[in-house]
Order: sequence, then structure tokens, then C-alpha cells
Amino acid sequence: MKNRKYLLPIAATGIMALALSACSSGEDAAPASDGDCSAYADYGNHDGKEISVYSTIVDLEATNLEKSWAKFEECTGATIKYEGSKEFETQIGVRAKAGNAPNIAIFPQPGLMADQARAGNLKPAPQAVSDLVDQNWSADWKKYGTVDGTFYTAPMLANVKGYVWYAPKTFEDKGWEVPKTWDEMMDLTKKVADDGTMKPWCAGFESGEATGWPGTDWIEDVVLRDEGPEVYDQWVTHEIPFNDPRIVSAFDTAGDILKDDQYVNAGFGDVRSILTTGFAQAGQPVLDGQCAMHHQANFQASNWPEGTVVAPDGDVWAFMAPPSDASKGQAIVGGGEMVGAYSDAPEVQAFQAFMASAEFANTRVKLGGVVSANKGLDPANAQTELDKDSIARLQDENTTFRFDGSDLMPGAVGSNSFWKGIVSWINGASSQEVTDSIESSWPKS
Amino acid sequence: MTVTPTPDGATQKTRVRKSQTNKEVTGDDAAPMMRRVKTKLTSRWATAAAVIIAVVWTVPTFGLFVSSFRPAAKQVGPRSDGWWNAFTDWQFTFKNYVDVTASAGSQSANLSQYFVNSIAIVVPVTVFVLVLASMAAYIFAWGKFKGRDAGFIFVFTLQIVPLQMALIPLLTLFTQVLQIPPGSYAQLWIAHTMFGLPLGIFLLHNFISEIPGEVIEAAKVDGAGHTTIFWRIILPLSVPALASLAIFQFLWVWNDLLVALVFSGGTADVAPITQRLAEISGTRGNKDYLNPAAAFVSIIVPLLVFFGLQRYFVRGLLAGGLKG
Amino acid sequence: MDFIGEKLLQVVIALAVFAALIGLIMLVVDRAPKSDKEKITVIGFLAPAAILLLVGLVYPAVTTSFLAFTDSSGKVNGVDNFVWIFTQPEALVTLRNTVIWTVLVPLLSTSFGLAYAVFIDKARGEKVLKALVFMPMAISFVGAGIIWKLVYDYRGPGIEQTGVLNALRVALGLDPKQFLLDAPGNTIFLIIVMVWIQTGFSMVILSAAIKGVPVELVEAARLDGANPWQQFVNVTLPGIRGALVVVLTTITIATLKVFDIVRTMTAGNYDTSVVANEMYTQAFRAGEPGRGAALALILFLLVLPIVVYNARVLRQQREIR
Repeated sequence: MKNRKYLLPIAATGIMALALSACSSGEDAAPASDGDCSAYADYGNHDGKEISVYSTIVDLEATNLEKSWAKFEECTGATIKYEGSKEFETQIGVRAKAGNAPNIAIFPQPGLMADQARAGNLKPAPQAVSDLVDQNWSADWKKYGTVDGTFYTAPMLANVKGYVWYAPKTFEDKGWEVPKTWDEMMDLTKKVADDGTMKPWCAGFESGEATGWPGTDWIEDVVLRDEGPEVYDQWVTHEIPFNDPRIVSAFDTAGDILKDDQYVNAGFGDVRSILTTGFAQAGQPVLDGQCAMHHQANFQASNWPEGTVVAPDGDVWAFMAPPSDASKGQAIVGGGEMVGAYSDAPEVQAFQAFMASAEFANTRVKLGGVVSANKGLDPANAQTELDKDSIARLQDENTTFRFDGSDLMPGAVGSNSFWKGIVSWINGASSQEVTDSIESSWPKS
Repeated sequence: MTVTPTPDGATQKTRVRKSQTNKEVTGDDAAPMMRRVKTKLTSRWATAAAVIIAVVWTVPTFGLFVSSFRPAAKQVGPRSDGWWNAFTDWQFTFKNYVDVTASAGSQSANLSQYFVNSIAIVVPVTVFVLVLASMAAYIFAWGKFKGRDAGFIFVFTLQIVPLQMALIPLLTLFTQVLQIPPGSYAQLWIAHTMFGLPLGIFLLHNFISEIPGEVIEAAKVDGAGHTTIFWRIILPLSVPALASLAIFQFLWVWNDLLVALVFSGGTADVAPITQRLAEISGTRGNKDYLNPAAAFVSIIVPLLVFFGLQRYFVRGLLAGGLKG
Repeated sequence: MDFIGEKLLQVVIALAVFAALIGLIMLVVDRAPKSDKEKITVIGFLAPAAILLLVGLVYPAVTTSFLAFTDSSGKVNGVDNFVWIFTQPEALVTLRNTVIWTVLVPLLSTSFGLAYAVFIDKARGEKVLKALVFMPMAISFVGAGIIWKLVYDYRGPGIEQTGVLNALRVALGLDPKQFLLDAPGNTIFLIIVMVWIQTGFSMVILSAAIKGVPVELVEAARLDGANPWQQFVNVTLPGIRGALVVVLTTITIATLKVFDIVRTMTAGNYDTSVVANEMYTQAFRAGEPGRGAALALILFLLVLPIVVYNARVLRQQREIR
């Protein structure tokens, strides 16, 4: 037993030696990638400079993000210090106010970015970035990065909302058709309910303090499809009140599905169980043949259990929520991140330019799981069938694209009263009551 | 000079191992008289109530513990079932723990680095708060100066200041005025110490002010000054109170996420384990089945501290003083 | 693993600097001239804590007070924020809930903690028994949220239940219930979570206090023929009165400030919001720091009765001495 006293230090030294050798060998291996920096020559040389980047992106997505700018670091000599936090939305304001902002912040919502720009914290984007965005993105996207006439942020990645997920095999077995219009979708809903083997829809709006947000996507989809992009824009910018009859009717249209116990909520319970079902799990009954359809953005692809094949002939696939009037063409709602700078140092501006470039979009998309609305993106880089489908939709000239409305609204509405309104709406309040109360919460100034 | 509490009153029924017991608290274990008292106090009803409380308080946590060993599909989503089913269909896995400790984080794949950070943050803060709070509590209890009680009440009132409201002014001060580099332990140490003091002073003041005045008077007669009284009498007599404060201070800082988010800079150089575990479930929460395992990984150290400090909850430290 | 050495070195340096600082204070206090000794002692002992508190809490509290009278763009707007607080439809519900929380949580967790501390005092396996009730305090907040989701979870009738309580209900032939959606019961279910956490705190503090009650006194009471209950009421309870006040006060303040339980479990929906949750939401979610600050001031007003009570207790204590 006496020897035990020596055992620990010896073991510790051994482990430390091992770790040290592992570390050093790891570093040797790193710069072994191909040294072709020609594509990065324009960004200049920023040896020894550090760029701090802060965003909501964590875990696997963060690792992929870091991988996609590794080449930029290698070729420009700059080091990127990345920090991801799910508390980004609250923390960015704290840090900026305290004068301790990161160089670059990747905003998940334009509304939050606009607050920071109006507070005078963000630096306007340099001309090079502005030009790149003109070249690579549609004018709409540039508008989302513009606050009071000044262009601040280039878009990074995009997500496509409004997908309706279903199991192709189930549809085939039952002889159900993918609907072409909203009315057809309602007919299908009724058909599935009458069939009786499963409920037509499953939904889950639970998301901690953000509970309710998946419901805002439903409303946005209906407003854009039923009333068209003009009304949608007016609604988002508060040119028409939130309780405008057209918006109330959009709530009712969505409610025809969501608030009918016959139509929801397979595997979980009644209408109100939507509120206690986590959004990431809500789609799974589709796989188990318990419900026919689930409404969620393209990022639902990562919520399926490991091993699920997402493809037109796979376990699960998605169609875009159809338009009310097929002749008017498809309109889709989407979202995306915005890259804003708190510094105008040359290395930071070079990084901004890189993030707006087709290089970045291609590198990141190639790593899988995300898409971008960058026109320079080669669709061949898409890693999955769904990514391919999303990119095609984003790049299709005939598609009317609108940014997620709740993300564009002021924080008091878009990330507070709208969510809460959805919750009380599902919990039994009428469309009129809910829209009235959201309208009254819209900031006066 | 020392005041040694006499041991005769210090009966400890919980067996304090002789080797661990320091001289002052050596308990006379088996006074037969005390045993009779004990049997009367612990009636059957009391035992039953204690067992019920223990069970009710533990079952929810036990559920989480069982869940932490269940495969993802059994934990969340429509295919999940109650954790108690684990005992009938017997599907357990260590995968969750492996993923928590080994999966790649955005800053470092190495969880041990965050573990070390947590310890490097917590230990100094606990020491700082204990020493500074007991000094202040002693003066508020036994010092003689104008505005003493008003001052104490004021400090106590500061407990209500919401942390969230203090973060922006403090971060401004650290980075703009004091120029403490962001992403260093120093910011976290200072911030946590500040936030821990009001409650620390309040807790210790209660205990220190109840130390019999005779003890302190006797020391003063012997010619002891404030420093001697503080280090030689007050602190040794306050060991149980210090131990409880130490446990909670340790715990609060260990489990803190808010202060860390603001002051740590988020890198693996400084960030505590809470910051790493907060992102374990992925950007959109699609890996939230890892949370139970993460919770149990981070609870180990606080529990060890709790067990370690329990031996300082001893009976009868004041017995000698009372007789004096 | 080389990072450990470097990090520990930082810790050791910090502790050494701190020790040197305290040593210096003690030296100055000890060497002070007799005439000023008391004064210098008071200053020396208080100064470090006082400086830290002034900078870390008093200064932010003052700026918060000013902030309460400004709008989201930082312009002074008089008492608009307070008008807003009291005119929004949920205001009264939020205040009512806050009052229910601050009455129930301290009472329940102190009672459970005291009962438990007394019952297991000197029992076999005391350490382990204590750890069981202490554990909720030690678990991370994310963990606590999931724990109670596993308790309150709901699935429709006929579907396999995942929550303990609903599984019990179904086993007893009742319909499952949405515990968190229906007011006012849901506030009680949230309060249970807080009681579950805070009982550990009161148990540890009160247990330490019970061990501080001189055994001679208890024994004397027993010899006088007091039964265990009388011994408890007449000897133990007066002996730990100070600790009881501390525990009640601390838990009350913690309850006034608590928002994470509400935020993560219901996000303040279904009429469960409390003042602290509104404060957090307004300041950090809705981009209205002025309203958040105004709510913080209301919290401050709510704590005043407790402050007054503690001042009275303190005065009584001084008179006895």
C-alpha cells in the first residue's frame, strides 16, 4: 500500500508526457493541407492579427464553421478566435454596451442587428462587401442588412422555412398526392383524418423561453401565400396593424389545422399538447406512421434520428407548403444569419469580404447541413437531396422570397409578444384577441 | 492565548473518525445518558417523515439519473417512454457520457480543460468570499463604530440587486477603466466575489454575533486585540458556519453560467464547464438527450465538496465558552 | 495536460497576492497607535468588502435606478415605465404570482428543511441522508429543468405517459393532466420546483445551527421532564432563531429574484409570470432596458418589508446582549 503514494505522481507524469507528445504531433500535422492561396490573395496579409467572432452557432455547426475559414486563416495569417453561445441574443447587447464587443458578430435575426446598428455600435460594411453582396445576392437580401439607408451586414447562410415533411412510402401506400395548393392540402388533411389510421398533422412549439416560435412560421407562411408579398411587407414593417383583418384571417387559416383536435397532434395528445412538445421531436411521429405531415424549416433534417434517410425515395421527405393560388407561383419564407462588424480594422474588413464571397459559401455548404442564398454557390456542392432542393428554391428567379417576419419585427414583438401570442392562441384564445394584444405591444416610437 | 472549548459537551453521535477529528472537537462518543436522549428524539414518526422527505426529494433526480443512461430515442420524442420503463426493457448505454466528455466542442474537444477552469475559478472565489465576508461580519457584529447597524442592514439589502443589472456597468469598468484583460480569470474572480459578499456577510454575521460576549470579553481582558480575537477565537468557533457558506459559495460559482458568459470570453482558456455543457445539446437543441448526462458530469465535484466539508458540521463548539 | 500547470499557477499567485493583502491589513491594524486603533481596525476589516460592494453592486444599483426613468433609446421619459408596468393586462397577475411565490417558497422550504434537519440529526447515515436533499441544490439549472419535465410531462389519454405524475394518474384510472398549462395551479407546480431546490439550503444551514445548540441545555430540559417536542420548542427552536431568520430572509430574497424556473418551464406564459421574469424579458429579450430597470426597482420595494423586519430583529438582538 505504501507504494500508492508514488503511483499517482508517476501516473500523472506519464499521462502528461503522453499528452505533450500527442499535442506536438498534432500541430505538425495541421499545415499539411495544400498551400494554394491564390483565391485568397485579395484579402491581403494580416500576420499576427486576431479577429474575434461571436455567434449563436455551437457544437458540430461551429466546428464546420471554423473549418470553412481555416484556409482564410492559413493564407492571410490572421487568427480567428471563435466563440459560440446559445445566449448570444442577450449577451451581444451586454458586451456592446460595455464596450467589449467582438470584432464580428453573426446575427441570427436582422431585428437584433438593426437594434445594434441604430445604437451606433455596428460599423457600416465596407464598399468591397457591399459590392460582393450586390453581385452575389438578390436585392432583397441586401435590404435585410440595411438599416436606415446604410448597409451594415452581409448575409451568411440561409434556411428555408415552410417545408412540410412527410413519409413518401406512407403517401404511396395510401395513394395520397403531394398537394399543389393550400386547398388541396386541406382536402388531404381531411382525407387523412377520415382515413383514421393516423392524424394528419403533428406539431410542437415548445422551445424553452422561445416557446411559440414555430407557430410564427406558420402564420408567416399563410400571410405570404394568401395575401402576397406587399401585404407581408406592410405587416412586418407595421404599415398595417398587426390586427388587420387580413392577418386575423391568416391566423384563422392556420388555426383550421392547428386548432382542430381531429387534425393534431399525433403521438402527443390534443391541440394543447403542441405547447408542451419540443419542436425538435415533434416531427418524429411522421417516421412511425402516426401522423402524415409536419411543418418545419429545412433544419428539421438534422432533427431526425440518426440513420434516417432524407430523400424523395427515403424514409422522409418534404414538400414546400403550397401557394393558395398555384397560378401566382411559389412564395417562400426563409431566414439567415447576418455578419456584422464592430471594428473597421483592415483584417476585420477582409474577413467580412471573405464571409460574403462565393468561396466561403461553397466551402461551408460542402461540409454539409446548411445552404446559402449566395448566387455564386455551386449547387453541385450540396451534400444532401434536401440541400439541393433548398438551394434550387433560393436561386430560382421565379420564387418570391421573404425573410422570416418575426425576425424582422422589433424585439418587443418578434421575440416576445408574437411568441407569447402564439402560445395563448394555441391555448384557446381567439385569433382576434391574440392579434389585438400583439398589436398593443408594438413599440410606439 | 487560546480559548479551547472543553470537549465534554461535544458529543457526536455521527461517528467522526478519530484520525480526522482535530483536537478541539474530540467527541466523547458513548455517554450513555446521551444515547437515551437520542432514542427518545428519533421517534418512529420522525423517522418515517424523514424517509418520506428523502424519497420525494430524490425520486425526480433519480429519474434524471436513469434517463442519463438511456438511448436517445427512449429519452425524447414520441418513441420515448417513462424512465421507470428502463428497468423492464433494460436498455442502458454509456454513449451519452462518452459523447458529453469526448464530443468536439466549438472551442475545445477537451472537457478536462473546462473542468480545470471551473476549479481555478471556484477555489479562489470561495476563499476570497469567506475571508472578506467573515472580516466584515466580525466588525459588524463586534466592532464599535457609528452607523454599524445601518451599514449592516445596507449590505444585507444589496442582496436584492439583480445580477443582470450589474453586468453592464461592471464589464465596462473592467475593460475600459481597470484594463483587466478580457477572458482572464481575474475578471471572474472579482465579479463573483462581489456578488457573493452580501449573502456571505449576512450569513456569517448571524453566527458570529451569537458567539457569547463573555468569550470575547475574556480575551480582551487577556489583552487580545481585534486581529487576535478574529483569527484565534472567531474563526475557529465559526467553523460550521464557514463550512456551510463555503459549500454554497462553491456551488453557486460552480453552477454559474451568467457571470461566466459575460466575463470569461468563452474560450477554453478560461470558460468553466457550465459554458461547455450549455452548448452540448447543439445549436437547435437536437441533441438534448445529452443534457441528463451533462448534468451528472457537473454535479460530481459539488457533491464531493459537500461530503468533504460535512465533517466540519460538528456539535458543541460553543460549549466551553458558555461555561466561561 | 500542460495547461493545468499554468492555470494552477495563476490560482496560486492570486491566492498569494490575496494572502499578502490580508496580511498587510492585519499588520497595519495591529501596529496602529492605541488612540486610533478601533477606528483603523474598523476601516481595515471593512474596506476590502466595502470597496468591492460599492463598485460591484451599489454603483450598478444607482445606474439602474436612473435607467428606470428612460425609454428604449435612452431618453428620459418620466414615470412612463411604471405606468406601463401597471397598465398592461397581465400586471396584476404577475404581481399576484410574485406574492404567492414569496410567501409559499420560504415557508415551505424552511419547514421541510427544519423538519428534515431535526429528524436526521444524529441518525445513522446522516451524511448520505443530507446529501439526498442537498442534491437538488447542487444540480445545474438545465438539469433541474429536465428533471421536472420528466415529472410533469404530458401525453394525451391512451398514449404511453412519460411524466411520473401523469403515469401515476393513469395508473389510478384518472385522465392525464397538463400540469403547467392551467392557471392558477401551474404556479403552484412551479413553486414546488423552487421549494425542492431551496430545502437543501435551509436544511444545511439549520442543521449546522442545531449542532450549535449547547447539548447541556437540551439535557437540562430533558431532566426537567420535557418530552422531545417540548425540548424542541423550548430549547432547540430559541437556540436557532437567528439561523431561522437568516434562512427565511435569504430564501425570500432568492425567490423574489428567481426567474430561470419560470423562464425555462413556461417562459412566463399561462399566467405564471413573476416580476423578476418580466424584468429579464423586458431588459434582454424585448430590448426595453428602461422597463426592466423599473421592474428591478419594484423588486427593491417588495424586499423592503423584509429589510425592516431584519432591522428590528437586529435591534432586539443588540438589546439582549
